[in-house]
Amino acid sequence: MATEPATETTLQGPAAWEEEADREHVHGLGPWKLGLRRLRRNKVALLFGLMFVLLVASCVAAPIWAKRVAHTTATANHLSDVIKVDGKDKNVVGLDGVPIGPQWLKADGKFLLGADRNGRDIMVRLLYGGRNSLMIGIVAALITMFLSIILGVVAGYFRGPVDAVIRGLLDIMWSFPVIILGTALGVALALGGLKIGPIHVAVYSLTIPVLIIGLVYVPYMARPVRGQVLSLREKEFVEAARAQGAGPIRIMFTEVLPNLASTIVVFFTLLIANAILLESALSFLGAGVQAPNPSWGTMIDEGVDRIATAPHLTIVPGLMLVLTVLSLNVFGDGVRDALDPRAKVRLEH
Amino acid sequence: MGRFIVRRLLQMVFVMFAVSVLTFFIFQVIPNGDPAERMAGKQPREAQIQAIRREWGFDDNKFVQYYTTMKKVFNGDLISYTTQLPVMDEIVKGLPRTLSLAFGAAILWMFVAICFGLYSAMRAGKFADRFLTIIALIGISLPVFWIGALMSYYLGYRLGWFPNGGYVEFTKDPVDWAYHLILPWTALAILFIGFYSRVLRSNVLDTINEDYVRTARAKGLGERQIMIRHVLRNSMIPIVTLWGLDFGAVVGGGAILTETVFDLQGVGQYAAEAVGQLDVPPVLATTLFAAFFIVLLNAIVDIAYAYLDPRIRLQ
Amino acid sequence: MSVSPVPTGDPLLTVEDLRVSFATEEGVVQAGKSVTAMTLMGLSRSPNARFEGTAHYKGTELINASEDELRRIRGAEIAMIFQDPMTSLNPVMKIGAQIVEQIQEHEALPDQQARERAIELLEKVGIPRARERIDNYPFEFSGGMRQRVMIALALSCNPSVLIADEPTTALDVTIQAQILLRMRELRDETGAAIVLVTHDLGVVADIADRIAVMYAGRIVEHGTLDEIFYDPQHPYTWGLLGSIARIDRPRPERLPAIAGLPPSLANRPEGCHFRPRCPHEFSKCSEVPPLEARLEGNADHTDRCWLTPEQKKELREVRPGEIGLPDKQTGVNAA
Repeated sequence: MATEPATETTLQGPAAWEEEADREHVHGLGPWKLGLRRLRRNKVALLFGLMFVLLVASCVAAPIWAKRVAHTTATANHLSDVIKVDGKDKNVVGLDGVPIGPQWLKADGKFLLGADRNGRDIMVRLLYGGRNSLMIGIVAALITMFLSIILGVVAGYFRGPVDAVIRGLLDIMWSFPVIILGTALGVALALGGLKIGPIHVAVYSLTIPVLIIGLVYVPYMARPVRGQVLSLREKEFVEAARAQGAGPIRIMFTEVLPNLASTIVVFFTLLIANAILLESALSFLGAGVQAPNPSWGTMIDEGVDRIATAPHLTIVPGLMLVLTVLSLNVFGDGVRDALDPRAKVRLEH
Repeated sequence: MGRFIVRRLLQMVFVMFAVSVLTFFIFQVIPNGDPAERMAGKQPREAQIQAIRREWGFDDNKFVQYYTTMKKVFNGDLISYTTQLPVMDEIVKGLPRTLSLAFGAAILWMFVAICFGLYSAMRAGKFADRFLTIIALIGISLPVFWIGALMSYYLGYRLGWFPNGGYVEFTKDPVDWAYHLILPWTALAILFIGFYSRVLRSNVLDTINEDYVRTARAKGLGERQIMIRHVLRNSMIPIVTLWGLDFGAVVGGGAILTETVFDLQGVGQYAAEAVGQLDVPPVLATTLFAAFFIVLLNAIVDIAYAYLDPRIRLQ
Repeated sequence: MSVSPVPTGDPLLTVEDLRVSFATEEGVVQAGKSVTAMTLMGLSRSPNARFEGTAHYKGTELINASEDELRRIRGAEIAMIFQDPMTSLNPVMKIGAQIVEQIQEHEALPDQQARERAIELLEKVGIPRARERIDNYPFEFSGGMRQRVMIALALSCNPSVLIADEPTTALDVTIQAQILLRMRELRDETGAAIVLVTHDLGVVADIADRIAVMYAGRIVEHGTLDEIFYDPQHPYTWGLLGSIARIDRPRPERLPAIAGLPPSLANRPEGCHFRPRCPHEFSKCSEVPPLEARLEGNADHTDRCWLTPEQKKELREVRPGEIGLPDKQTGVNAA
């Protein structure tokens, strides 16, 4: 027997309890939305992401610059040309063989960043080279991602002999001294193209560097993917799917793959960054993009010989390379932080 | 443990075999045309081509060819077509240089990375951490050959603080040896410092939140002891394995760029020059050598990991 | 609330109005019983932690103590056994080394002697073949064994207070019984006081002398074992007691449960925290009831309920001889 009736209580039974529970679910956003929110708060990462987009956009706009501003192409030589700088005449390539440095806006945008020893406009070559480097980087990264996911998921999910075979394959790939081999193939290609049965690869093709770079990083990504799949397949939701009668392919697509998504996204940005770096290394050694086509790596190669007299030949493409890779790395880092934060309350210092 | 080691070594042999077969086939596939002509390099003479054909058995079937090739490699019979010098001798000459470069850089990068990574983790979220993270990110974005070239030119040539290239034998003058290697070591290490300091930072942050660290604290242990005996020790295990793998990869091919830029005349540079000439014997030998090193270090790393983490060893 | 090994004499450890909370992105979150217990050893310090109240141990104020002072106390004076023995031991260190580490931190014992002590401890907690197993790694032990290792570790420096945070939750029932028996024996032998944090009333009945009942971060009742079980003064305690399945009673149609949901730790109701779920709440409950002794002549049995002792005696019996809570919605007895 209560002393006073329960009239002033705010809750009245199951409906009210559910309402209270719902109110607490404001924080129940899905992991992607939550990650996006966190990413939006990370100004630095966003800034660098924007920088990357701008760099890519400027490279895509290479023809516009070439035609409208510089009035030349990536491969046109201007060895003996004379241009007007601040009203005065200047040789594009001096009589001592030293090309002019960055003119900035003094020559109406021509040779904005200077000329190389053949008199070619560095800015134009930079942008076109960027197209090559970025294209190779992104396609190679896609190849790596695709292969790594397939190999990693199949190995992790089926285990047993399949896993052993795939792991052996990855071991072999891992052990290949890629730079030597890549360089050998690249140089060999330069001499005569490739013919494997019905497959023809032309001399100037970028296919070989793309393939080599794509294959190199497969073990780096496939192993962590495999590791994650190994632990995922023990989780209850996979067991539940199996109990429902789902076949392995279906499980791999509906249960395993979505959980790998955040790992894949993070890896992808890093892959592009590393692919671009590797491409520049191969091009530097003469095994990637072939002359006279530009790529940041070949430009650095050409520049290193003349670093004493014309440092801008080395510095400019290098800086562009660094900025591109850096922006990818910082953005990728931000994405990783957003998707897998350590924002939990930490009880220790 | 013994069984584990034996198993690992057998795996090693198998992988080497597979790599050698693949390498062999790749060289067969390189540009169409007469392999003998190709092997003779960029300016072949007819007699040379005939000699090559006989020597390498290009008229025999593939298996015999493979066998012949491998025999030549292991017997040290390979002779470079451009320099006419025995390949093995050149590799042996270049080996200490490559190892000096790789080893020195590896120790440097480990040491610096541990300091940066640990410091970053302990000041996680604060300014020092963010600053070091940016440095690390810049580090992994720098192409080795570019930063090496710039360092060699500005710090070496212009400022004269360091020699801008070349190699001095350790046995001749250890100090000068190190002096010549400082720039190459730094150039090579920058990338790895960036990467490893972040991996360590991440591992340490994970480990710090583990229950057993809480237990250690509840035992009344001092912060420093907890950091070293519990946190660092456990965080380092995956790093040590990565380190071994990267060291192998550097010797196996990453050193090429640094050696070329600083003119160290190591195995990597030798390989790069031979490739430029399409001089097949050295390229073949250096490829196998590089693969061997990588495979060897992979095996060592696996064994070391089993030793460091008793769970792997005893389960 | 105070803890002392002997019923008479000065309290060893006195805790008053201790409240621990954290500022997170979701608001201010109040800590539960585990974290509050850890606060006694300073293990819950972090940049966004807030502490209210005091905790005194032998004259030292624990909440604001310096790290050095705390380090002296941890392990040697106050030791802790954690909930999950699987993750609470360093997986790559031999268990012997982990025990020796604590011993040598607080006492200047040479290696061999410290090792002997560790072996003794392991034997005392019931690890068979302790001399050999001292060099084993944690993963080579079963869950129950690992928990015993944790107990051995905690007792290694003869602490005066042992805090056990749900020590048997991760273990199965038979092992649980053994562990509790061992803990009781050790307590009697060494005279250490045990602060046991648990949600299992069976465990409580087995080992406790005094009980503090916590709800939503507050202590709502505090008394001896008999007082809590036979003369409980707070509706939440009645609910807890009423929800135990009893072999000696006829089986109810529905398992009695306390209606409603526990409040989110970030969003507690005003006034008495238990009010939304309490079938006996009334207008005064909008004021926070202080923790006071409300029974005549018994200064040690305190509670936080505005109802008078007479009301409580009447309301808590949902059926003759059975303590519990009536169903809040229907007003009908839940059993």
